[in-house]
Amino acid sequence: MEPILEVRGITKRFGGLTAVDEVDMQIYPGEVVGLLGDNGAGKSTMIKMISGVYHPSSGQIFYCGKEVAIHNPMDALSMGIETIYQDLALAENLNVYANIFLGREKKKKFLKLFNVLDHSYMHNEAQSVLKRLDIDIPSLRNKIAMLSGGQRQAVAISRSIYWDAKLLIMDEPTAALGVAEQKKVLDLVLTLKSQNVPVIIISHQMRDVFSVADRVVVMRRGKKAGERIVKETSPDEVVGLIVGSVEH
Amino acid sequence: MNKKFSLNTQTAVLIMAFVMWILLSLGSKSFLSGPNIQNIMRQMAIQGVLGIAEVLVIVTAGIDLSVGSVVAFVNIIMSQMITGDAALSIPLAIIICFTFSALIGLAHGVLVFDFRLPPFIATLGTMTILRGVVLLLSGGSNVFGLPRSVADFASGDANFLGLPYLFWLLIITVFVIELVLRRTSFGRYIYALGSNPEAARLSGVNTRMVTYGVYMMASTLAGLAGVMETSRLWMGVPSTGTGYELDAIAAAVLGGTSLMGAEGTPAGAFVGALVMTTIYNGSVLLRVNPFWTRIIVGVILVVTVSVDQWRKRRAGE
Repeated sequence: MEPILEVRGITKRFGGLTAVDEVDMQIYPGEVVGLLGDNGAGKSTMIKMISGVYHPSSGQIFYCGKEVAIHNPMDALSMGIETIYQDLALAENLNVYANIFLGREKKKKFLKLFNVLDHSYMHNEAQSVLKRLDIDIPSLRNKIAMLSGGQRQAVAISRSIYWDAKLLIMDEPTAALGVAEQKKVLDLVLTLKSQNVPVIIISHQMRDVFSVADRVVVMRRGKKAGERIVKETSPDEVVGLIVGSVEH
Repeated sequence: MNKKFSLNTQTAVLIMAFVMWILLSLGSKSFLSGPNIQNIMRQMAIQGVLGIAEVLVIVTAGIDLSVGSVVAFVNIIMSQMITGDAALSIPLAIIICFTFSALIGLAHGVLVFDFRLPPFIATLGTMTILRGVVLLLSGGSNVFGLPRSVADFASGDANFLGLPYLFWLLIITVFVIELVLRRTSFGRYIYALGSNPEAARLSGVNTRMVTYGVYMMASTLAGLAGVMETSRLWMGVPSTGTGYELDAIAAAVLGGTSLMGAEGTPAGAFVGALVMTTIYNGSVLLRVNPFWTRIIVGVILVVTVSVDQWRKRRAGE
């Protein structure tokens, strides 16, 4: 099977510091991949190159079999690579549907002349995507600031789904969530997987990763420390890879 | 938010204005007279337009200290362009004034976005520079001899449906900017920029263009206020506009605009300007020592914002 996304020998240097060093990685359709590593191992830098925030110093990115150059976040979004960042990247003072459509607003013609926002269309579309993912938010006109952490995460996920993600990247999706909300988010990941959307999930929580991922890629000091099929490994072995006591 | 306490700053300040109007009409016979109300409308028009300019930039978590100097700059160059032997036509002069104002705004946008200057510093710089330019251009003296028609625009007879032309300009500005903020994606991005600039950028919003656009709109509105000021003064006065930026910021804040960004409306600035003008006007009618007026405005400003902060903290709990 052909991978949806493949990176080959990808490297990112910030001045003298090499944050990511010659890493290879593949993601196949319908697969959940856990990206693990200690703080500063280069996980976030790695995904930021895929999502267009950073430009790789060297290396190649292949998307659906073709080599691509991702210059900015909009490039990645238009290819269907959606990223949910650790800080969620939601505008807290905007309401739910405004966030789902932020940067890609639906407009209609006013007096055949001006492009104005189509509030009711955006509201209804947002409602249907939330319903599809079985997410319960009282009013879509509420500002994000009034929602709980789990609800915010759900909004961020439904934004990605609405825009027809071909690949979803999640940076620490369960950090700062309550136990029930963590489970809800992990269930959402499994829902996506069942709909054949591949997911890269970055997490510190070994338990989370083992409950949803098919495969784990471990990074250590910018390099790929190893790669394991979840069914064939144990948390102990993966921790060993993370801290460097197990060689690949 | 609790429905019972959903009284926002804007509404509270509007109520404050009504109370003042009732008290003032009891305290002074001339307060509710037609000429005085018209006078209040003309006075608040310029402050209101500048307040709306501030709302735009403050919503992006910025500030514009230069609006008063832009008023003076437009006042002087417009006066010089339409007087003397080689006088330009007034519409052409106004277009040139707007162009210069927009360019000043563009400079702010570049300084803030590309050079990463804090908006406070960038606009403090242009505020000082423009004031110097105004003094150089005018040699420090007033410009006289403007056509009568300029003054007629702001005169007591210049009414449409009983409201002064200057006030109509304010109403149109409120209406247009409200529409832009509520109904266009550009307006949406202004709030997104003030709320979480990183989120806006990662969502694919062209934050550079939004920043340029906001500062250009603000300076162009300041230019409009400058044209209105020229009409009211009927001459070029190099010292005009001094301190206007602070009144404009006060009007915006009284109208519920948060200096943290992402909160505020042009209608709020309108209400804020109304309250401040009422205080200034009322103190004159009641023969309050003018030194006290500033103290009253300052106290009201501080109290309003404190109550607003307290209310928000409680709502957040």
